[in-house]
Amino acid sequence: MGANIYATAALMEHNAHPDYKYDLADFTHEHEGVNPSCGDEMVLKLRLSGDGATIEEAAFTGSGCAVSQASADIMAELITGETVEEAKRLSALFVRMIQGGELTDEEQDDLDEAYELESISRMPARVKCAELAWRTLDEMV
Amino acid sequence: MNNRRLRGENMLTDAGRAEWAGRNAQASALATSPYKSDFPLLARKPELAFLDSAATAQRPKVVLEAQKSFYETMNANALRGLYELSVQATEAIQAARAHVASFLGLDGKKDARDIVFCRNASEALNMVAGSYAPTVLGPGDEVCITVMEHHSNLVPWQQACRAAGAKLVYMYPDDEGVIGEEEMRAKIGPRTKIVSAVHVSNVLGVENDVALMARIAHEFGAVMVVDGAQSVPHFPVDLTEIECDFFAFSAHKVYGPMGIGVLWGRHELLDAMPPFLTGGEMIESVTEQGATWAPVPEKFEAGTQDAAGIFALDAALTYVENVGFDAMMARERALVALCMRRLAELDFVRLIGPSDPAEHHGVVSFNVCTVHPHDVASILDMDGVAIRAGHHCAQPLLAYLGIDSCCRASLAFYNDSRDIDRLVEGLKHVWAMFHG
Repeated sequence: MGANIYATAALMEHNAHPDYKYDLADFTHEHEGVNPSCGDEMVLKLRLSGDGATIEEAAFTGSGCAVSQASADIMAELITGETVEEAKRLSALFVRMIQGGELTDEEQDDLDEAYELESISRMPARVKCAELAWRTLDEMV
Repeated sequence: MNNRRLRGENMLTDAGRAEWAGRNAQASALATSPYKSDFPLLARKPELAFLDSAATAQRPKVVLEAQKSFYETMNANALRGLYELSVQATEAIQAARAHVASFLGLDGKKDARDIVFCRNASEALNMVAGSYAPTVLGPGDEVCITVMEHHSNLVPWQQACRAAGAKLVYMYPDDEGVIGEEEMRAKIGPRTKIVSAVHVSNVLGVENDVALMARIAHEFGAVMVVDGAQSVPHFPVDLTEIECDFFAFSAHKVYGPMGIGVLWGRHELLDAMPPFLTGGEMIESVTEQGATWAPVPEKFEAGTQDAAGIFALDAALTYVENVGFDAMMARERALVALCMRRLAELDFVRLIGPSDPAEHHGVVSFNVCTVHPHDVASILDMDGVAIRAGHHCAQPLLAYLGIDSCCRASLAFYNDSRDIDRLVEGLKHVWAMFHG
C-alpha cells in the first residue's frame, strides 16, 4: 500500500481550485496529452513571449483524476514567467522525482509545491497521472 | 488419465458430492463465504475485499496444484514425443479439449477437435478476425458488432474492416442495456458477413441475446462470433442453444490460469480457414518451398502449447462443476443485489447499468459524484478494497454512455457481504476525503 497522497494539502487544494484550468485564448503553443491507462485527456496551452524564450501564460483544460489535475495546476503556476529552458529543467526534475529519483535540497526547493507530490513516486499505479501534464509540456517545447 | 476424464465427466465420488452439497447449503448465508478457503490468495489476505474478478478471478488451490503436478509428474512436450511422458502430456491436452467441449454444452467426444487452445480470448478473437474474416470480407461488406464490446472484440474488427475496405456497423443498447430485435434487424442485413458480440458486457453486466443475433445473422448468411469472456464464469453456456459459429473465452476469468484462451469454431469453418500463426506442430509436411497444414485444431496451435495451463484449466472447470452453477448463480445474484442496494443508499454514488440486479452477472459499475474513478480506486485501495477504475477497455461504450471513466466492483461466488461492507465504508471514506 502506498502513501496517502490525498492527505497532501497542495494536491487537494489545487484539485478543488485549479486557478490555471481555463481555455487560454491567445496561445502560441498547444498540445494534447493522453493517459492511455484511463483515457484521460488534457490540453495544455502556452503563450510564449515574442522571442519565444519565456512562458508568459500557461493554462490547461480537460478532465482527470485529482492527481493529474492538481499536478497540472501546480505545474502551470510554477512555469508561468519562467524561461522555456527553465521550464524544461523543472519538468525533468519532476519526472525524475516521480520515478523515484533523488533530488538535492536545492532541486527540491526549485520544484516548490510540486515537490509535495513526491510521495506519488511510491504509488506506481498513479505515476502516469502525475506525469501527464509535465510530459505534455516536455513534448511541446 | 482415464476414459471418464477423456469424456469430460465429473470425477466426484458420492462422499465428495455430499461434501459439496454441505458447503453449498451454507452459501445462502452471505455474511461468510464457504468458498474463500479454497483460494490461497483470499485465505492469505483475509483483510482484502477482492472485487475485481471480472478483470481476473482468483484461482482455487486445486487449479494451482494441477499446474504444479503437470510439471512434476507428466512434463514433456505434448504432441511430438513418442515416449510415455509425452503421450501423457498429449492425453492431458486432449482430455482438457473434451472437457471444454462438454462444459460448453457440446459433445465431449465428437466436438473436442474443434476446441482450439491459445493464449486468451483476445487471441481467439484475433484468430477469427485475422484468419477467417479475410476469406469472406470485401469492399462494401459489413461487420456488425455492439457498442459494448471490450476492445479485444472491437479493434480486431476495425483492422479486418480496414484491410478489406469493409464497414464496421454498431448495434446500440436501450436505457436498460438491452439490444432488442429491432436494433439487430436495423443493423444486420444483406451486406453483413460477420456479426460479433460480447455475451456479457464487462461494464454493464448485461447479457446480450446472442442466440437471437445468431439466428438473424444466419438469415443473411453471415457468421456469428461470440466473446464469452464474461459469460462462461457466471452461467452455463450451451453452444447448441446459441448456435453461433465461433465462441471465445479466457481461462483466467473462470478460475483457471492466465495465458490460456479457447476458441471454438464450427468444424467446417475451422477446416476451411487458413492458419493464424505458422511454424512447428501446425504442419502436415514441409518442403523447401511450401507446407501443408495439420488438421484442426493443431492447425491453429503453432509452437509448444502451455500444456500445464491447459491441464489446470481442466481442473478449474471441474472445480466450477463441483460448486455447480446453481449455487454459484444464486450466491452471485444475492451478492450483486445486496451490493447495488447498499450503493444506492449512498446519495453520492451513481449506479451504471440495468436497474435489475439479476441482469448484472457479477458486475456493478458506478461513479462517485465529482470524484474521479482513479481517485476512488486509490482511496479504496488504502482501505484494502480492490476495484477496477478507468475505461475498462470499452472506450466506445463509455463514450456512448457519456462518461470518461467509471468504477467497477465485480463480484464472484467467493465474495461475502463483508466485502461489500468494506466497499461501502471505503466509499464513505472517499466522500469524506473530498467533501468532509
